[in-house]
Amino acid sequence: MKNILFLIFLFVVFFAKSSFALIEVDVTRGNLTPLPVAVSPLYVESKSSEALKEIEVGLEISKIIETNLLRSGLFNPLEKDSFVQKPDIAHLKPRFEDWKLIKAQALITGKINITNDKLRVEFRLWDILAAKEMMALAFTTVPNNWRRVAHIITDKIYKRLTGEEGYFDTRIIYVSEKGPKNQRIKKLAIMDQDGANTKYLTLGNELVLTPRFNPTNQMVTYMSFFKNLPRVYLLDIETGVQEVVGDFPGMTFAPRFSPDGKKIIMSFAKDGNSDIFTMNLETREVERITEHPAIDTSPSYSPNGKYICFNSDRSGYQQIYVMRSDGSDVKRITFGQGIYGTPVWSPRGDLIAFTKMYRGAFYIGVMRTDGSGERLLTENYYQEAPSWSPNGRVLIFYRETKSGSQGEGFSATLWSIDLTGYNERLIETLTDASDPSWSSLLTN
Amino acid sequence: MVLRYSIRNILLVIMAALVLSACAAQTTKKSETQITGDTFSGAETVKYLATGVADRVFFATNKSVLTTASRDTLRKQAAWLRENKDISVVMEGHCDERGTREYNLALGERRANAAKDYLMTYGISGNRISVISYGKERPVNPGSSPLAWSQNRRSVTVKAAG
Repeated sequence: MKNILFLIFLFVVFFAKSSFALIEVDVTRGNLTPLPVAVSPLYVESKSSEALKEIEVGLEISKIIETNLLRSGLFNPLEKDSFVQKPDIAHLKPRFEDWKLIKAQALITGKINITNDKLRVEFRLWDILAAKEMMALAFTTVPNNWRRVAHIITDKIYKRLTGEEGYFDTRIIYVSEKGPKNQRIKKLAIMDQDGANTKYLTLGNELVLTPRFNPTNQMVTYMSFFKNLPRVYLLDIETGVQEVVGDFPGMTFAPRFSPDGKKIIMSFAKDGNSDIFTMNLETREVERITEHPAIDTSPSYSPNGKYICFNSDRSGYQQIYVMRSDGSDVKRITFGQGIYGTPVWSPRGDLIAFTKMYRGAFYIGVMRTDGSGERLLTENYYQEAPSWSPNGRVLIFYRETKSGSQGEGFSATLWSIDLTGYNERLIETLTDASDPSWSSLLTN
Repeated sequence: MVLRYSIRNILLVIMAALVLSACAAQTTKKSETQITGDTFSGAETVKYLATGVADRVFFATNKSVLTTASRDTLRKQAAWLRENKDISVVMEGHCDERGTREYNLALGERRANAAKDYLMTYGISGNRISVISYGKERPVNPGSSPLAWSQNRRSVTVKAAG
């Protein structure tokens, strides 16, 4: 596990230095003409790893990169059938005219060398129209990490072309669901951002809800009904060790980590009243943040840790509030029609994503942190719980369908949508799924 | 003609079998009261233990206020609990599916406590009443209709295990 989490970059070759006339992709608007890009299969020099003997790993990596680029909505990967140049030759020096002919504007080439315990990858990004190399990079990792290699390459390319950090070498933690609607079996599950490598972290013996990563992605906080005691738990993904963190007489729920990972902020319900508390994970010190007879829940820190947004019905209905992290200076920020829940502060700090309920429909939206500039991105019968991609450009959330009188037709699925309101996509999972939470970048 | 007649007979037999099996399923369900996995399968409710006493009260959307009917039900439960002093109960608070998950957990807790408080005002010790909220996780009616939602916004009084 450590190996997977810590890739060692051996050396960064160089970045192309030309500062003009190279391709740029604008992520800030709905991209209606995605950039045509050719992803050449990576040329495999030698392959002696037992694990990878059966797979055409160079081709597979290029396909994962294509899928990543396609799903970002900003790129249009071209059919490989039309590629003229062989992978090894293209990687050395592409014939730009050939690639221009198939309307490619960018080309990605690469080379892999696999020995038993080492996978060395190098790749290049070419600007076809300018006939120039834009980026060249090489790194070494363990052979089992080959899927992550594809995600890391995508991140580098995304960053070079858009100027934004990528979000492909990331994971999603979510709740896997099975069974009839009134007796759902729920398990914690984790998968790569593209749906590969699904693993279950609990067995489904008890109801589990709302998992969230810590900033280093090694710990997860979630809520469990273990032994009919609804409590906030902490799970170490590497060791599998679980512990209760919110063991107060009553119910603890709606947990999230503070941006420094040292505290968990959560709701604590007792005698019909839910308030917000924090627990310091080192000292186990508990601090009350809100004190109000109304329901205060769904707290989320600003990335600098100075503010908290949360959900309260102190005005009579669910609305979103912002306060200082010590609980002072509480301000209501939502005044629009309808009711608001699940506020989540963007990793960039400038926006809050939320769920809005209005006239029988559910919306996922964003607004500035003072409540101005509300934009509703998507409307559905039921959807909630947005979680930000680490670069703050994409939201993941879940939807539930309307069911018949016996619960037939019910499903829960994960979806993503760009901040622009475009590029809405189903995220395929092995089972029904809900409560997604996006990790930060696994490599920095 | 004969063929059609026999098909009808077969259909009748199948239907009878279905009805019987449905009955069988229901009776077995009623006789179990235990913690199955994470859920207290609240079959042995107050309604089951005492005829004429409903085990649950219902709430309006987003509300935890007890209606007149609910108070009436809870008074009957309190009377029954006074006569059965060795029994402790769990108030299970629930919500419909038309709310966000975390808020619903809080709302279910508020509903269950509203019912608990009312029992306490009628002399039942708080020590005999515990509270759990399932939010929108355990609908009793799995449909997506106003009727289903109104049945799911509930607090159910369940006999505590042990």
